[in-house]
Amino acid sequence: MPELIVSPSPHIRNEVSIEKIMYSVIIALIPTTACGVYFFGVHALYVIITCILSALFTEYVALRLMGRKFVMDGSAVITGLLLALCLPPGLPLWMAAIGAAFAIAFAKCAFGGLGHNIFNPALIGRAFLTASWPVAMTTWTKPLTYDAITTATPLGLWKMQHIATPSINLALGNVSGCIGETSAIAILIGGVFLIAKRYTDWRTPLSYIGTVAVLAFVLGQDPIFHILAGGLFLGAFFMATEYVTTPITSKGRIIFGVGAGIIVVVIRLIGGYPEGVCFSILLMNAFTPLIDRHVRPRVYGVKRKSFFVSSANKGD
Amino acid sequence: MLKFNRFRGGIHPPDSKITAGKPIEKAKLPASVIILLHQHVGAPCKPLVKEGEEVKAGQKIGDSDSFVSAPVHSSISGVVREISTQLLSPIGREVPGIIIESDGRDESAKMEAIAPATASKREILARIREAGIVGLGGAAFPTSVKLSPPEGKEIDTVILNGSECEPYITADHRLMVEQPDKVVKGMNVIMNVLDVDKGFIGIEDNKKDAIRRMREAVEREGDKRIEVLSLKTKYPQGEAGSLIKTILNRETPSGSHSYDIGVLVQNVATAKAIHDAVFEGVPLIERVVTVTGDVKEPKNLLTRIGTPFYDLIKECGGSKGDVGKIVCGGSMLGVAEFENVPTIKSTGCILVLDREKSRIPEERACVRCGICVSVCPTGLMPTILEKLARERRFEECMDYHILDCMECGSCTYVCPSKIPIVQLIRYGKEEIKRRE
Repeated sequence: MPELIVSPSPHIRNEVSIEKIMYSVIIALIPTTACGVYFFGVHALYVIITCILSALFTEYVALRLMGRKFVMDGSAVITGLLLALCLPPGLPLWMAAIGAAFAIAFAKCAFGGLGHNIFNPALIGRAFLTASWPVAMTTWTKPLTYDAITTATPLGLWKMQHIATPSINLALGNVSGCIGETSAIAILIGGVFLIAKRYTDWRTPLSYIGTVAVLAFVLGQDPIFHILAGGLFLGAFFMATEYVTTPITSKGRIIFGVGAGIIVVVIRLIGGYPEGVCFSILLMNAFTPLIDRHVRPRVYGVKRKSFFVSSANKGD
Repeated sequence: MLKFNRFRGGIHPPDSKITAGKPIEKAKLPASVIILLHQHVGAPCKPLVKEGEEVKAGQKIGDSDSFVSAPVHSSISGVVREISTQLLSPIGREVPGIIIESDGRDESAKMEAIAPATASKREILARIREAGIVGLGGAAFPTSVKLSPPEGKEIDTVILNGSECEPYITADHRLMVEQPDKVVKGMNVIMNVLDVDKGFIGIEDNKKDAIRRMREAVEREGDKRIEVLSLKTKYPQGEAGSLIKTILNRETPSGSHSYDIGVLVQNVATAKAIHDAVFEGVPLIERVVTVTGDVKEPKNLLTRIGTPFYDLIKECGGSKGDVGKIVCGGSMLGVAEFENVPTIKSTGCILVLDREKSRIPEERACVRCGICVSVCPTGLMPTILEKLARERRFEECMDYHILDCMECGSCTYVCPSKIPIVQLIRYGKEEIKRRE
């Protein structure tokens, strides 16, 4: 007999790997990416490519500086792509490149790389760009015109001029907005694909979108408009479900979704911005460690004392 | 039909039961056997024979005065060649043992059969101990001890575990298909000893033929107390806690025994061994071992306890391709061996994996996907325990119920970052127990 390999059990692993999950997310983003390019033209495609390349390059350099090996695991591609999808289609390419570089360098690698970041890197990139170039970040292109006629987003029209946009346009995506957030149907296709593959927990998007719908309805708004307009679908299916920055328990994910939903409605109805998805997720990202600390599954053979297991009652 | 409860989480690995349709074959008589003196939970045995002495198959050659222990028997007839204090056990310990060379005659020494209808409980328990019976599902806890619950613990239900949820293994499956009457008779003895009037035999529904054969046997026996249940196939269904939850919707309180909630779980092979000891006077010297994986001819072999692994692998045509791992047990819970070891009472499977399947995957950073949390049957947060144990923050591990982990390995099986989670949890548990 040759030399035997010894390792602890289990001796079989399933075939799901980081790469497999990451590339599935990229595949799931193809419909909405395609819609974005179709509605907003070739410049949108340039923005997308710029963001992805900038993200990859930044990650490569950052990891080399950190003395670590660069692994093409697809996570930087996702960050670049997701950032591009929540940028205005007409954004100058150099701004897009800086946004992606900032997202990777400061929101991901500075925290220790994949698995260690607290905030969603793509949304940090977007928040950074919004703060730095507010005008460029709120200059919207009219869909299917391809010649950069500026206009307002459905949420902007609703907030500033009290003009409603038909739901069918919001579902299909021929409205102005960020590259990848206008077509609810295209996002839903990708989201359902990930849920069917069990890479995404359905609880997060359901509780998030559900909370927005219920709150909007209670507060006398059109719930359909509020869930379809803006970046809610993209955020709910692809950003609030991002593994690293959201809770790991199913109950925690519901809390995350409900919390983010409340913040979205508060920002949209009370705050100064017409849209609040980006900040709602970033704020809930900050709560994630707290949620994970206090919301735990019930352990077999241990009676639950209360919903929240406090770390104070040790030894019970 | 009973309405079933479900245990939390669980996984569905490919079942790989390639030997499910293969009848049990008698293995060749080994040229020599190594009878380890410590095959069970509890005190090791002391040898009762000397080097050079002649022994018969079934002759008791080791015993202990301790209550929690089980004697060992020679599984072949022959001569004691060596009594050694340092032999490698398949569960990775060095234990004393007796090496016996076969004389090829296979003469056996039997005990007298006893009639369970007239025998006292004490007699039956003494017989179960004398026959060296231990839990054959893998735990190897002395059965006579398990059947004597402490004062004041009232057992109301016996569950016979025929779920065999581990991939690859089919030893219990074949036993239920081929000798269901012996299993039922053995269960009968268990229930009489404990004065229990409710018994279940739980079998995963990927073994339809076993369920049918066991139902027929229960009918033949006419025992109205016993019910055969078809359980949903999901790993780790065969773990006692999961089984009790599914069948009775009771939970063993954290840190206590199943007899605290009135339940006793036994493996089907243990029941069959009890039958042999009581009705036929045959001690536990052979059992069914599934030899499977990357061997040329995977088989279910009726083997003498103490047969070296390599003999059995050779009997199955040797390995297919380059050998990577030889595992004692199944792919989820088994122990990888580093040399030729003998089988022990609790060895139900020898799994050979080729080099490709044995490759240890590269570990990556945790991405907090939470899949390990969703599959944990105990409701733990494996990723957090893994990180805390790695950082030696054992106090916090306790706060996260690390000691409740049953080490089923589901978390490690599903981890996309291929982190050896359960290994780190085991490390944490060991350290905590060492410090207590």
